[in-house]
Amino acid sequence: MRPVANTRSATGIPTARLAVWWLIASEIVIFGGLLASYIMHRLAHDAWSQQAAYTNTWIGAFNTLVLLSSSLSAVLGHKAADEGNGQKAAKMLYFTMLGGVTFLVVKAFEWTSEIQHGFTITSNTFWSFYYSAAGLHAMHVLAGVIVMGIVAATAKKNEELHRVELIGLYWHFVDVVWIFLFPLLYIAK
Amino acid sequence: MAESAPATHDDHHEPSGLIKYIWSTDHKIIGMQYLFTGMFMALVGGFFAYAFRMQLAFPGVDIPGWGTMTPPDYNALVTNHGTIMIFWVAMPVLIAAFGNFLIPLMIGCDDMVFPRLNRLSYQVFLLSTIILLASFFVPGGAFGGAWTAYPPLSAQSTYNLTPWGAPLWLLAVALEFAAFLMGGINFITTTMNSRAPGMKMHDIPLVVWMIVLASIIFMLSVGPLFAGAIMLFFDQVLGTGFFDPNRGGDPVLWQHMFWFFGHPEVYVVLLPAMGIVAEIITVFARKKFFAYTPVLYTTFAAGVASFTVWAHHQFIAGIDPRMAHIFTVTTLLISVPIAVIVFCSIATLYGGSIRFKTPMLWALSFIFEFLLGGVTGIYLGAAGADVYFHDSYFVLAHFHYTFFPIAIIGTFAAITYWFPKMFGRHMNETLGKIHFVGTIIPFNLIFIPLFILGLAGQHRRIYSFSLFPDLAKPEFQDLRVFATVSLLVMLAFQFVFLFNFFSSMIKGRKAEKNPYDANTLEWTTESPPPHGNWSELPSVYRGPYEYSVPGRADDFWPQNEPS
Repeated sequence: MRPVANTRSATGIPTARLAVWWLIASEIVIFGGLLASYIMHRLAHDAWSQQAAYTNTWIGAFNTLVLLSSSLSAVLGHKAADEGNGQKAAKMLYFTMLGGVTFLVVKAFEWTSEIQHGFTITSNTFWSFYYSAAGLHAMHVLAGVIVMGIVAATAKKNEELHRVELIGLYWHFVDVVWIFLFPLLYIAK
Repeated sequence: MAESAPATHDDHHEPSGLIKYIWSTDHKIIGMQYLFTGMFMALVGGFFAYAFRMQLAFPGVDIPGWGTMTPPDYNALVTNHGTIMIFWVAMPVLIAAFGNFLIPLMIGCDDMVFPRLNRLSYQVFLLSTIILLASFFVPGGAFGGAWTAYPPLSAQSTYNLTPWGAPLWLLAVALEFAAFLMGGINFITTTMNSRAPGMKMHDIPLVVWMIVLASIIFMLSVGPLFAGAIMLFFDQVLGTGFFDPNRGGDPVLWQHMFWFFGHPEVYVVLLPAMGIVAEIITVFARKKFFAYTPVLYTTFAAGVASFTVWAHHQFIAGIDPRMAHIFTVTTLLISVPIAVIVFCSIATLYGGSIRFKTPMLWALSFIFEFLLGGVTGIYLGAAGADVYFHDSYFVLAHFHYTFFPIAIIGTFAAITYWFPKMFGRHMNETLGKIHFVGTIIPFNLIFIPLFILGLAGQHRRIYSFSLFPDLAKPEFQDLRVFATVSLLVMLAFQFVFLFNFFSSMIKGRKAEKNPYDANTLEWTTESPPPHGNWSELPSVYRGPYEYSVPGRADDFWPQNEPS
């Protein structure tokens, strides 16, 4: 049972959506701090571009495509949930989860190959940032996939459909973080 | 879930026995959990202070309860005293305990919007507490690199000699941050969305505003340090070089990340304390709070400005002198909004009919003592003076004059004021006043000598001054002994409080609904409030501070009373 507190809406914004926005606000400063540190270091170390040259832009681009497409199905899931079609919303979320899993699998192969070539997290501070920032992001993708599975399971029974929008909001945020990471870690050679 | 709408209040089952206290989602119980954990940690932090002050006053002595202190012991105790008092006392008590207890009661709803998230927040906090305490029992002992944990000392175990203590300390702090982020989201969304019908923005009591603003400031400032904590953790356990200048890293980066959070953190704990003081002085002066709206917007301004001052902690860290000028200006500027809030609190007293009950004594002493802390901060905010004062006992005395009023005086004010509501009984007023006098006078006697020692050049973080002939002179050592004896007196008086607290909980005078004739909503329900807080949730018709309104028979006008 929910407390009455959870049913009120003095701002007119649903409480759960408000909370997700605040969650995203707190995440923005975490990634913001990490990326600002990286950018400042990068500007001070021209030599890092030689390290960055070893990152595989094509794999990064493929993952960008996968992640962006997965956001599309999250939006379609939200639309279906708004129409009260929990079955369809769940199906769309499964597509999004597939995208997330693909992203992680590609990343796993990419990292394995890089580590085998000797580029480990300790080999240079560029690689430290590379693994830390992308790793923190990958943890967010993984968490998103897991939570999305739970949301999809309830949405399938036509329950708690508002959650489809909330996990979508979070997923878009994870996307946006990657849109910053991709050029910073891959394109800028 | 045990939570239920008050409409079905009689039907639903409230968990009983121990489960009620350790697995509850009720905001009042979670508030108590935070309060008691914070009080326990205050005893730990106080014991640490006792131990290292004994070492400073009587170097090499066999300290009762500790034994002979080694330099690594000393460093670990000083480090963890600071860490505990800020992250495990000031924050859990002022924000989490009183935020949890007061927000739903003061805005007129039955619980937080996310009760289970709230419970998780406490459980993560408890885990962080256990990890921090456990770090004293690992090989190498607890971390001793100061609560600011500057690398390279904190990053490399070859320097700090605590291969387990340092990462555990960092992990505990990071988990504590996560707990407060969860709690903060709850506080903010609850206050934004779940206010009683009729409660407009300017009808929210100041203490609720202050706790919510503190939560927002915390949330927006802690992110970079969270990232920094991950980086430092990797430096410690994986051997990366984020903060190692030999490998392209930058140790000053940590200082920026730490203080970008660390200075707003001062306001994170200051604002709730100021809110508590605002509630108390209006009730015990029987006057409307002076300039509610300007104070509110001034607080917004102070919150924004608090993000622009952090590098005043780094004036001697090799930052660009031009940057030091900018941070000097912003630092001196931020004293303006804080002074406005303090002056408005004082102006509230003017023309009031003041009642010197124990909570009021604490509130007034907060204003006085915090002013001393604020005024001495002006010297440190000016880069020219700070170059001389940096890392001296002057700095130490200054921030104890700010943090002691916040974390200790503010907490005692709040506990003595809301005790009847929390436990349904009154505390003993005579014991309360004895405890007040026995805390405030020794507090000043501890730290005024330390100001003098700091001006004389006494450096912080020194285990024994006997190796420094200039500082080991008898006149200085006498001041150190004086400060330590004052500390012993102050700590002894805390037993008066503990006795009063626990004995009043069991056999204090029964408290009525509204013992102080106060206006805010928490005083309109039973003491202590039942599960669900009200049998019928209140509506709000006016602001929180309508005291001594001309033309009314009563000198108070509860927020929920229809006009």
